[in-house]
Amino acid sequence: MKKTLCLYFQVHQPYRLRQYRFFDIGKNHDYFDEFANKTIMSRVAERCYIPANRLMLDLIKKYDGALRIAFSVSGIALEQMEQFAPQALDSFRELAKTGCVEFLAETYSHSLSSLISPKKFRDQTTMHVKAVEKYFEQKPTAFRNTELIYSDTIGEMVSGMGFSAMLTEGARHIMGWKSPNYLYVNALNPKLKLLLRNFRLSDDIAFRFSDKNWGDWPLTAEKYASWVAGALEKDDILNIFMDYESFGEHQKASSGIFDFLRALPGMVLNHSGIEMLTPTQAAIKHQPIAPLNVPYAISWADEERDISAWLGNELQKEAFENLYKIENLVRESNDTRLQRDFRRLQASDHFYYMCTKFFSDGDVHKYFNPYDTPYEAFINYMNVLSDITLRTTKKKV
Amino acid sequence: MKVLMFGWEFPPHIAGGLGTACDGLTRGLAKQQVEVLFVMPSASGDEDQTAVRIINASDVAAFHTKKEARQIFDKVQFLKVTSNLIPYLGPDEFEEKVDLEREKEWNEFRISFGQKYKFSGKYGTTLMEEVMRYSLVAAAIARQNQFDVIHAHDWLTYMAGIAAKRVSGKPLVIHVHATEFDRSGENVNTQVYDLEKRGMEAADKVIAVSHLTRNTIINRYHIDPEKVVTVHNAVDFSSREHREITRGVPEKIVTFLGRITFQKGPEYFIEAAYKVLQKTKDVRFVMAGSGDMFNRAVRRVAKLGISPNFHFTGFLKGEDVKNMFAYSDVYVMPSVSEPFGISPLEAMRANVPTIISKQSGVAEVLHHAIKVDFWDVNALADAIYGLLTYPALTAMTVRCGLEEVNALKWDNAALKVRDIYESVIREKSKIQ
Repeated sequence: MKKTLCLYFQVHQPYRLRQYRFFDIGKNHDYFDEFANKTIMSRVAERCYIPANRLMLDLIKKYDGALRIAFSVSGIALEQMEQFAPQALDSFRELAKTGCVEFLAETYSHSLSSLISPKKFRDQTTMHVKAVEKYFEQKPTAFRNTELIYSDTIGEMVSGMGFSAMLTEGARHIMGWKSPNYLYVNALNPKLKLLLRNFRLSDDIAFRFSDKNWGDWPLTAEKYASWVAGALEKDDILNIFMDYESFGEHQKASSGIFDFLRALPGMVLNHSGIEMLTPTQAAIKHQPIAPLNVPYAISWADEERDISAWLGNELQKEAFENLYKIENLVRESNDTRLQRDFRRLQASDHFYYMCTKFFSDGDVHKYFNPYDTPYEAFINYMNVLSDITLRTTKKKV
Repeated sequence: MKVLMFGWEFPPHIAGGLGTACDGLTRGLAKQQVEVLFVMPSASGDEDQTAVRIINASDVAAFHTKKEARQIFDKVQFLKVTSNLIPYLGPDEFEEKVDLEREKEWNEFRISFGQKYKFSGKYGTTLMEEVMRYSLVAAAIARQNQFDVIHAHDWLTYMAGIAAKRVSGKPLVIHVHATEFDRSGENVNTQVYDLEKRGMEAADKVIAVSHLTRNTIINRYHIDPEKVVTVHNAVDFSSREHREITRGVPEKIVTFLGRITFQKGPEYFIEAAYKVLQKTKDVRFVMAGSGDMFNRAVRRVAKLGISPNFHFTGFLKGEDVKNMFAYSDVYVMPSVSEPFGISPLEAMRANVPTIISKQSGVAEVLHHAIKVDFWDVNALADAIYGLLTYPALTAMTVRCGLEEVNALKWDNAALKVRDIYESVIREKSKIQ
């Protein structure tokens, strides 16, 4: 039986908040920085989504169906793409039509709802599934949670929603001696298959590709393909998951990342024993080897591979709890704008900005953070939250 | 190793943070087996001398003998300062007379200085004059004592440092706690600027209390960057300060504590207070301190109509300062220019969440204070409101802030300073 290389890319952009002062509370309900959101979306579309999609389309045609990839595009990224970069959205739809690209389900807002409210989690997922059906005319069968957050109970909920496969991190502290390069199943419901990210080989591209201090720089497609073949000599399935923005945005075009991407599939498919599949296909094809026990939530972030990047300190916890306190009021209100704002505020990014771990490490955090300090991020977010809370209570009266 | 150190003040007699910093540094140095001979004008006898020997400049007769005075005059050159100084010790005259009429000048000098000279020891109108006198005394002290290196704190003592260097040939380290640009903005006193620049140029190494100050030294005084080293100030808190205070008012209290001068940015505090009070009346603002902008501050508060919630305490010291911190829910330091800034550390130690301006040196070492641009009144108001309104923010800044402050030890700063001493001594001996 052929071994499998599974490529999956995350596409997400949050709605960044504008500077929202306390004087605005109760008066001004515009929370989002339209200029920044528009600028960033157009820039990323131009540098990454459009050229990378064009390249993928070429490759799919060239290899005549042998190249398979998967995406998940968060709902709020889709909204912004439609608004600010419709060309990029079209190029994703183009890919969807080839039949070689699977679109996964996730939470609409790229939210952390799986950690607090099963009901909200289901709502968010349903909403995203509808968006995928609307834009890409596919019904998602595989699920990937925000930032690959996963635990036994989250997996059980996902299974309960009818998904057959789910993606998560092959975190070292969970795997121990086990290899991530096999298919596993959820510990509570073995019907849910698990695909685990091989973080070393994924980060070789996503983080290290243009790092000249890295011993393996420069990374050629040939070299990488030999690593892939090496990993698959014994194991079944190699999962390479990363931000799609790695192509052209995190790793600049000048680093040669697009040339690498162009050459890679050919090098891999040259090996007769390897084929490329989407997550759902891979989960059907391979035999799971064991259930995976994950009592506490894991993710793909930072060294810890846990949820401390979003809910690690008291600022984040306070903001998070206060956000979901108004969940029911928002749902009961028939105010669509209120509901829309509430969705956007759920994006995990807002909590990531409040992370204090970067004082010690984490250039990655700085890269993604529009705020100078976590305290500024918290104050700004809480001001917005105060206002939206006022709106929900006013509605009730 | 022994250091001859020139200062202007030492606890408990202090007008600013310089005395506190000298205290911490000398204690730290003492632990590193460095002896310090601390020279300051008008020591009043009740300074804490556990770590340092204080020579009271007023107790040193400038010169004992004619011969000694001559030797000093051969080695000491006085600075030419554009002058409106008191004539009889005008540096202009000195410069010219030293060159042309050394004999005659010496006679005059003996009349003026042949006895113990009384220093006022306070900043005042005759400051320039005192700076010059101090440098004369410094030369005498340098002759009478053995030491390896000279260390001069701030511009008041640079002349003394230069004089001591000329007399002894020992290397000079000057320590910049503030520059004229911090004190006066762009309208610098050129006399002071000249003195500062002269001191920096004469020094073998210049210590800056922050990168901010280091940049000023390099860019505004044109000193070779190689020569300028940053040693951040520190604090030594013997124990956790916890006071039980019963409050007279239920509202939360936001405090400004410092001199009410241009440098400290009091007007931004007032404007921010106004903005916060538009939103909530459950807060009181306190401005503790005195200074040349005091009257203006009171008028502005009255004009904004926020006097019922805005209070002035006048100058506070000692116990009252500690009590003020204990009363406070938020401490604000909106300094326009602050080379370092010790008081936020004292606030954090007293478990008060703190907002500091990005234009302060202390911002370079603190992560758990909220930082704003001093001119950004909206951001300042927002930060104050945030601390008053969101409990998690207060809890976290207080908890992490205390840990952070306790980690800033003078021992570490003293270690760096000792390395600097060693490097200048080494350099000097190479040349010789």
